Amino acid sequence: MKTKLFAAAFLAAGLGMSGQVAAKDTLTLGIGLEPPHLDPTGGAAAAIDEVVYQNVFEGLTRIGPDGAVLPGLAKSWTVSDDGLTYSFKLRDGVRFHDGTAFDSADVLFSIGRAMAEDSTNAQKGLFEPIAKIEAPDAATVTITLKRPTGHFLFNLGWGDVVMVAPESADTNKTKPVGTGPFTFDRWSKGAEIRLKRNDAYWGAAAKLSKVSFKVMPDAASSAAALMSGDIDVFPNFGAPELLEQFRADPRFEVVVGTTEGETILSMNNTSKALSDIRVRRAIAHAIDRQAIIDGAMFGSGTPIGSHFAPHHPAYVDLTGMYPHDMAKAKALLAEAGYASGLKLRLTLPPPSYARRGGEVIAAQLAAVGIEAEIIPVEWAQWLKQVFKTTDYDLTIVSHTEPFDIGIYARDSYYFNYKSERFNQIYADLTEAVDPAKRKALIGEAQKVLAEDSVNGFLFELAQNGVWKKGIKGLWANRPIQANDVTAAYWE
Amino acid sequence: MLEFVVRRLTTLAATLAVAALIVFLVMEVLPGDPAEVMLGLNAQPDTLAALRAQMGLDRPAPERFVSWVLAFLSGDLGISYTYDVPVSELIGERMVVTLPLALMAILFSTLIALPSGVLSAMFRGRPADTIIMGIAQLGVAVPNFWFAILLILLFAVTLGWTSAGGFPGFEDGILPALGALLLPAIALALPQAAILARVTRSSVIDVLGEDYIRTARAKGLPGGTVLWRHAVRNALAAPLTIMGLQFSFLLAGTVIIENVFYLPGLGRLIFQAIAQRDLIVVKDIVVLLVAIVITVNFIVDILYAWADPRLRNGGGNV
Repeated sequence: MKTKLFAAAFLAAGLGMSGQVAAKDTLTLGIGLEPPHLDPTGGAAAAIDEVVYQNVFEGLTRIGPDGAVLPGLAKSWTVSDDGLTYSFKLRDGVRFHDGTAFDSADVLFSIGRAMAEDSTNAQKGLFEPIAKIEAPDAATVTITLKRPTGHFLFNLGWGDVVMVAPESADTNKTKPVGTGPFTFDRWSKGAEIRLKRNDAYWGAAAKLSKVSFKVMPDAASSAAALMSGDIDVFPNFGAPELLEQFRADPRFEVVVGTTEGETILSMNNTSKALSDIRVRRAIAHAIDRQAIIDGAMFGSGTPIGSHFAPHHPAYVDLTGMYPHDMAKAKALLAEAGYASGLKLRLTLPPPSYARRGGEVIAAQLAAVGIEAEIIPVEWAQWLKQVFKTTDYDLTIVSHTEPFDIGIYARDSYYFNYKSERFNQIYADLTEAVDPAKRKALIGEAQKVLAEDSVNGFLFELAQNGVWKKGIKGLWANRPIQANDVTAAYWE
Repeated sequence: MLEFVVRRLTTLAATLAVAALIVFLVMEVLPGDPAEVMLGLNAQPDTLAALRAQMGLDRPAPERFVSWVLAFLSGDLGISYTYDVPVSELIGERMVVTLPLALMAILFSTLIALPSGVLSAMFRGRPADTIIMGIAQLGVAVPNFWFAILLILLFAVTLGWTSAGGFPGFEDGILPALGALLLPAIALALPQAAILARVTRSSVIDVLGEDYIRTARAKGLPGGTVLWRHAVRNALAAPLTIMGLQFSFLLAGTVIIENVFYLPGLGRLIFQAIAQRDLIVVKDIVVLLVAIVITVNFIVDILYAWADPRLRNGGGNV
């Protein structure tokens, strides 16, 4: 009897707190990971940029939805003929959210802070080509480079290069103060980050008055939150197996976009067996990309044949270089002296693409006589064991930075790949400014990586967005880590 | 009595010290560097070194251990590596979620378990008993995270009565905040209630077989009075002991339930902190939880000794 009464009480209490459906000018987004803090210049976590990039903080340039470089806080710029001197004209009347004015001194401060010796900027390398930076007047900034850097303007659009003010830089982690169309409102740690419209914005005001980012670490609860109306949009939904359900639901649309995430089966090029190119090529032949995409990603993802994004204009399709061919793979292994089999470690970080993809790949490798021992690890352990000390044979990871083919030119990067030929091409590319020449060099760079079969190139990660019908102006693609809501509105 | 208290207090302090040392060593041995986790794949060595120095990670381990313990004793829990705010502030923020959640769960489990356990004992062997114990059996078997997802599907998705999770905070009023904890508390409470109901039932049945109950009945007392005044009161000792034990299970259960309902509680915090190698947060919380659990045990010990003088002398193994 008593239990019945209590059940009734629960139900009654439940009635009072039904899920809120957003009004016309507010938006609630779901994000899978909570940012550790909100200063994009002080940490690598993509989750930071996914909340504050363009919304709260802006850079000199900005990256558009299609990956193009657009004017940001710099309204225009000129580049000298030798490609070494960039002169930026800044916008007038820009103010930080705390009311302080933005001018060339803030640019000097922001870039100087990121380049300083004690800087904790996760992408300090972006600033490395800068030789000196000057401010002839309050509205002009001149940057001189050590050498021509083809993608310098794109680099200035990264979240790690946003403009901050000396007055607020130290507290941006918990109270971000930028120049963007949204100001920081409230952060309920572990639950929700709220932004509100900046009515004093220098440009066109945002159409939404309030934006909330809710932290949803669990796929099943994210799906429930979408269906119950707690959130309107999940820009990057983590569980591809649930997408069919949303496709069938008339309240939602599933928007599949591109990302900059090259998902690869990384190989330790100095481990005993894998230092032999025949073994690496055998693995390339053993891999069936479509089976991995279907099996691990439920069909979303685009096959790649080298370390480059398929939606980029300079992309070269190299997926045909090593067709799925088990006989060929076995022959190459036999030639390399592993006819009787080969045992390799396959270290897998937590993301589902890696854990699920790893199972599929292990099965495919087993079919050609390579026994892959699956070792699941957490991120911190992966960073230490695989990335730092390169104590691994194979691993699966998505490299999500835009235009990151340059990692193959780095000494002692965790693939342990060394190629004079590639380094030369990449050096030429960094200095090339002519678009046609750049395109040719990028194509060549992709080919070298594929020929050397440095890694198993699997697929470009898709961004699976689940959007409530009626929301417009969001980004379908992810040319840079961001959830830019500055142009979003409800129809 | 005083000697007993002093003895127990010494054990308590020693346990805490050992726990602190173990937790420190485990976090030392665990592969992973907080600076690497924070700065990601593109970090340059000098940036990593700068961040490590900023966090004090460049000092030798024994030195860090001593300074951590001394600061902890003086009430300074340090600054979180990832969040860059004082750990005490983080714990405080999270406690306002986890504490009400755990208390609500204890309340629900008691309110469900005691009456149904007593009813079951009263109607032993009859259909009511079979049904209640059948449900309890199910409650023990069903994992709470799965039960939580079922609750969400029913109440949030199908019926739309509650939100699917999250926590609005106490800023917008107490009722919406407690409302958000309702489903999670039920999900946490049910398995506990099932265990508690079974213990209550067997304890009441035992007492009902005692001589003094027969005497009470023989005196002509009505059945209800015998049950409630004589049997239930004396049978409560066992369920109360279980409830004390369940408190620490509840704290552990919140780690899972808070993830399912994306509640910003202590369980979520420690879960995230371990993944992000926010060492200082992990160490502080673990030591704090150990302190809470052994303090509760200590109080229970003292109460037992108070009630039963036989325990004061042989005392160590309560």
